[in-house]
Amino acid sequence: MSTVGIVMLVHTALDRAEQVARHWTAGGCPVVIHVDRNVPRKTYAAFARALADDPLVRFSARHKCEWGMWGIVAASQSAAEQMLDAFPDVRHVYLASGSCLPLRPVQELIDYLAARPRTDFIESATTADVPWTVGGLSAERFTLRFPFSWKRRKWIFDRYVALQRRLKVRRRIPAGLVPHMGSQWWCLTRQTLSAILQDPERQRYEQYFRRVWIPDESYFQTLARQYSSNIESRSLTLSKFDFQGKPHIFYDDHLQLLRRSDCFVARKIWPRAERLYRAFLTDPAGALKRTEPNPGKIDRIFSKAVERQTRGRAGLYMQSRMPREGRENGITASPYSMFQGFSDLFENFEEWLANATGTRVHGHLFAPGRVEFAGGDHLINGALSDSAAIRDTDPQSFFTSLIWNTRGERQCFQFGPRDNQAVNWLIARDPNAQVSVITGAWAVPLFRSNASFADLRREAARLQQIESQHLDILRSQWTKARVRIWSMADFIEAPMEPIQAILDEIGSLRQTHLTEAPAMVDLDGFGQFLQNLKNQGMHPYLMGDFPVEQGPVHMPKQPRKPYLVR
Amino acid sequence: MRLRRKRRILRAMRKSRELRCLQDNTGRIRPGDVLLVSTVRNEQIRLPFFLDYYRAQGIDHFLFVDNDSSDGTSAYLSGMADVSLWHTRASYKRANFGVDWMNCLKRKYAHGHWVLVADPDEFFIYPFCDTRPIQALTDWLDNSGIRSFSAMLVDVYPKGPLDAQPYQPGQNPLDIACWFDSGNYSVKRNPLYGNLWIQGGPRRRVFFADKPEKAPALNKIPLVKWDRRYAYESSTHMLLPRGLNRVYETNGGEKASGALLHTKFLDTLTAKAEEELERKQHYGGSVEYEAYAEKLRKQPDLWCKWSEKYINWRQLEILGLMSKGNWA
Repeated sequence: MSTVGIVMLVHTALDRAEQVARHWTAGGCPVVIHVDRNVPRKTYAAFARALADDPLVRFSARHKCEWGMWGIVAASQSAAEQMLDAFPDVRHVYLASGSCLPLRPVQELIDYLAARPRTDFIESATTADVPWTVGGLSAERFTLRFPFSWKRRKWIFDRYVALQRRLKVRRRIPAGLVPHMGSQWWCLTRQTLSAILQDPERQRYEQYFRRVWIPDESYFQTLARQYSSNIESRSLTLSKFDFQGKPHIFYDDHLQLLRRSDCFVARKIWPRAERLYRAFLTDPAGALKRTEPNPGKIDRIFSKAVERQTRGRAGLYMQSRMPREGRENGITASPYSMFQGFSDLFENFEEWLANATGTRVHGHLFAPGRVEFAGGDHLINGALSDSAAIRDTDPQSFFTSLIWNTRGERQCFQFGPRDNQAVNWLIARDPNAQVSVITGAWAVPLFRSNASFADLRREAARLQQIESQHLDILRSQWTKARVRIWSMADFIEAPMEPIQAILDEIGSLRQTHLTEAPAMVDLDGFGQFLQNLKNQGMHPYLMGDFPVEQGPVHMPKQPRKPYLVR
Repeated sequence: MRLRRKRRILRAMRKSRELRCLQDNTGRIRPGDVLLVSTVRNEQIRLPFFLDYYRAQGIDHFLFVDNDSSDGTSAYLSGMADVSLWHTRASYKRANFGVDWMNCLKRKYAHGHWVLVADPDEFFIYPFCDTRPIQALTDWLDNSGIRSFSAMLVDVYPKGPLDAQPYQPGQNPLDIACWFDSGNYSVKRNPLYGNLWIQGGPRRRVFFADKPEKAPALNKIPLVKWDRRYAYESSTHMLLPRGLNRVYETNGGEKASGALLHTKFLDTLTAKAEEELERKQHYGGSVEYEAYAEKLRKQPDLWCKWSEKYINWRQLEILGLMSKGNWA
């Protein structure tokens, strides 16, 4: 008979439990099974009968087991006692559940433990140091009372906790004990286990732990610290927990992962994962090499899953992710640049910018007539349509989809007060946004147009109002975007410096400095145009100060040279 | 809301009189079985593959309502041990587009079961559906305390004209129609019922470009652990009580979700659109079918340069149309 005894806690999928128990006993390990008292008597009897022919299988006194309550500890206690009494050769007792599956041949586990005869494998850490908290309770698990089930009577559980907090109840932890927590699945030596079970103070400790929350994660963990001479604080059972503290379940498609994990036992296994049971319970031994358990590869997958549930993918809005404002974890998927006024002031600015940076440069995405995708395309990544009607049913969805669809490639686009303004807040709050505004540049197309002056005046007043509202948003305290604002007058004084700064921030493909400047439109007479507006009682203030009679503002080629570094 | 729910249930009970049972195998439903409920009309050609697909996925029992088919649907389904069949001649429209019939069948037979609602042209996709049966999903949902699972409608379409490749019985429709739109959906929250309202895809892009607000809703919650007090309010887009509509995470994370591949756009659609136009039994006075019939006569190609070719659920996951959530 072997020196390793298995204590198995079973409550569902009894057929699988039987299969696993037989696997253990075939390897020579005695098994003591505890069946939850919630299992109907008839089912239990059939299960016991099925295993009656196996001399290494015993059944222990049954307790009612409920998650987070004392019953599970009581079950482990009585089963462990029975194990120590009935099988005197046993040196290590391994606590497992009915949905645990041994991944490596039983003999390897026996050898592994035989080589470490005095070592207790039990994960145990002080509450102060690890943030294992479910329902916001960590240290309070040990200082409040928890007589109500969290699963079945959540309401009264919460009320009772709140009441105790209000009354500032603090239980005294029995002298000498330092609360430790850790995985419920341990493997203890006969010395440690019997010391815990035969402790003269056991009554007192039990009294205390009966009202601790989730005692199965703290009773043995705390007491083992009292008696063990050599604790390895880790569990030999591979078990991963999700964000609610429930164990992740393994399925058929995890077979390769489990094979590579090198762990002795995994939980929990989906009872219908036929391939896993077949592979691990019937495979001949020796398929796996003898190495230290290394669950790191599995860790990654499951911690990713937890992150997916708790943080999600930045910038994605879909059927099962619809973050409230402020809880987005990233409003959009990747960085982008918005240019306001540049295409009014420079000729063919889009083309120039695309050449200079190698990014995708769109026209006015929110233009009233149609969406001006780069290159005049009607559709873009993700089959996003250029129909303004579709865009305007939900401009924010349109915009976040665009950035999501093109993630990996930086998008630049033009904006202005003539466009749909519905996304202004979204962009202002977004740290991915780089916003550059030349205020008042919207007047240039008006100045160059042929419309009657009365219409121009009305239009100018409207655009100025819209842009000034937009500027208020960009300058508000909630703005997280990288915002640069120049008045038009300031900007044309020295246009290349700000442009170089913007491009440096974009991090263009070509690391060299600009060799070619964008061509500015002819602004002769623009000062007079503004003065005319003023004379009509419409004060255009966003452009800054333009003298009525000024020198050539269109910047002939010569003076611009100094800004270019070749 | 409670009144609305009660009214739905009462209505379902009244409408149940319109159903005549042709084949009752519901006695074979065992506890824990996953059921599928569907309303069919003249879609016999699709049924062989439909049944194969869902049997392979692990559906234990099918409940069909035959809305007066004339193509031998009832005859085809009779004799199958895992199929129960009801027949009705009554108006689809006046049964709230079939919802009342389904509510009453589920109330009677699906209490305590996970139940999937899918039309014959809809194919349910969930995370890991290529390696895990549907019971793995429902067990996991049970374990996580989740009662309803959302699966957005993803329209798939062929490349080229619809009638270029005629559909054969038993054939996988995805062999013909395997393209979809990956990123032109818009999502809004419905404050009254708490569900999301999703529009987009090729239907809005092509058929509803000039009246996009009329485009069909794509949000669906087809898989629910049914209780006799539950009721679908409008198709499978929303449920009562409203808590069942909270299938999305609002704190920035992602819940698990799936997709329903909608293989409506096959050569069978042309005939169907003309017929539905006559019948006027569909939602919103059948505007949808009007749009189809009109455009289909001009033979449009739904395919475009940016269409994605369907590969598997992982692709939909990466594109952000569905999510694994916390399941791994």
